[in-house]
Amino acid sequence: MTRGQFIRRIGKPVLWMACLTPVIIMVYDGFTGGLSANPIEDITHRTGTTALVLLLVTLGVSPIKRWTAIGALIALRRPLGLFAFFYGTLHFLTYLVLDQFFAWGFIVEDIMDRPYITVGFTALVLLIPLAVTSTKGWIKRLGAKRWNTLHRLVYLSAAGGVLHFLWLVKADTRKPIVFGVILVGLLATRLQRRSGRKRSVPAQSRPATLEAAAGSE
Amino acid sequence: MLIKRASDIKASEITPEHLYLSRRRFIGGTAALGVVATARVSAPWAFGDSTDARVESGRQDDEKLTSFDDVTTYNNFYEFGTGKGDPARNAHTLVPNPWSVTVEGECHKPGEYDLDDLLRGITTEERIYRLRCVEAWSMVIPWEGFSLNRLLPRFEPSSNARFVEFTTLYAPEQMPGQGRNVLEWPYVEGLRMDEAMHPLAIFATGLYGRPLPNQNGAPFRLVVPWKYGFKSIKSIVRIRFTASQPRNSWNIAAPREYGFYSNVNPEVDHPRWSQARERRIGQFFKRRTLMFNGYADEVAHLYEGMDLRVNF
Repeated sequence: MTRGQFIRRIGKPVLWMACLTPVIIMVYDGFTGGLSANPIEDITHRTGTTALVLLLVTLGVSPIKRWTAIGALIALRRPLGLFAFFYGTLHFLTYLVLDQFFAWGFIVEDIMDRPYITVGFTALVLLIPLAVTSTKGWIKRLGAKRWNTLHRLVYLSAAGGVLHFLWLVKADTRKPIVFGVILVGLLATRLQRRSGRKRSVPAQSRPATLEAAAGSE
Repeated sequence: MLIKRASDIKASEITPEHLYLSRRRFIGGTAALGVVATARVSAPWAFGDSTDARVESGRQDDEKLTSFDDVTTYNNFYEFGTGKGDPARNAHTLVPNPWSVTVEGECHKPGEYDLDDLLRGITTEERIYRLRCVEAWSMVIPWEGFSLNRLLPRFEPSSNARFVEFTTLYAPEQMPGQGRNVLEWPYVEGLRMDEAMHPLAIFATGLYGRPLPNQNGAPFRLVVPWKYGFKSIKSIVRIRFTASQPRNSWNIAAPREYGFYSNVNPEVDHPRWSQARERRIGQFFKRRTLMFNGYADEVAHLYEGMDLRVNF
């Protein structure tokens, strides 16, 4: 088995199981009294934190791929990104259904008047076009260059997620700040790469496959 | 309106064991989506000074006691960590006995008092109060306690005593959360003298008929039910009578968000979230927050003429 085959045949399923674990634990805890006395708040926090963590991990795939020179790792980025979107959606649905129970007036007011919700909602909405265009078909339709440009929105979304977290805590800013520092670090690797690339792009290093082209950010 | 003494409580009003020993069954609870609360009649609101004027209080329907389990495992007590479950997990290192309280400031009988001596001769009674957190969740808790106005006069506050300030224990070896300055330690709070002397304001030494668990502020705490929960300072070691308004910890941490008076007020939002509604722990649907947490009849007069938006 080649390394690429290993990642696709074994790495991906393992990744799926790992990404599904948080929601499985939530359901289990829900049935066994393992959630806090405010279970809606508990689920909201767990889904939100998981979404943000997965978003940061997604942003970590390309740097790790470059440092390890294991190009096949790029195959893990799409499922990770989609799971981040999955948990972000669960987070929003928890708010919509369990917390507010479809109280549209309060929901609209929240999104418009509470900056931390405005920025959080925006961060989620930004992920929608990315989730929709995550397939190979869409990379082809848009072309690698336009696809890459569109998917730069993920940085904005991650920043929105960190701000959302920072603006909702009462006083304990430790976790949001850690996430923020990690995000800044991940962004720094891109900037570093961009300034390095401006010098020259020799013919041999041009990407051979569509996915690799899309993964060149 | 009755003071509930043990003999007065009907068997039907005693919280069934399963309620206060029960674990939360969230999915089971919401399986009955659309069914609000319970048919069980809650114990009437009971408070007042046992010797003098009995203060009337309206009773809300469908308000039942929050389970003992929830009351003792969902806490904001940053001295033991900032997670809601942290105090229950970590507060075992607190040593609530022996405990002394230092009384100082504008009074004629200052001193360091052993808590047992202070409480000798004071009979506690059950006070069932709503507790509304500034985070927009709330509980109904059967405290064991007594009005401040039964204890404070003992220290003979002078005419200069316009406020009273309370301080929590500072002991990082007992309270590991104090190793981080997430808030400035020790925790301080304060009341205007007329608020402190109001019969509704109590010192609590127990809940559900048992001594205060550590995570609920053992051995001796304040409960001021018409204000946001952070005013109900826990594990008190100092009482100081002051002429000027004391500082309070959440106001120090975020002066634009937390004031001194902090009366529960659905019309004055927190800068970052609404205060119009709250989640009653154990219930699915949110409920409207009440002015002064439902104690307006008893305490609104204390704030006549005050702009509660300015004095938030």
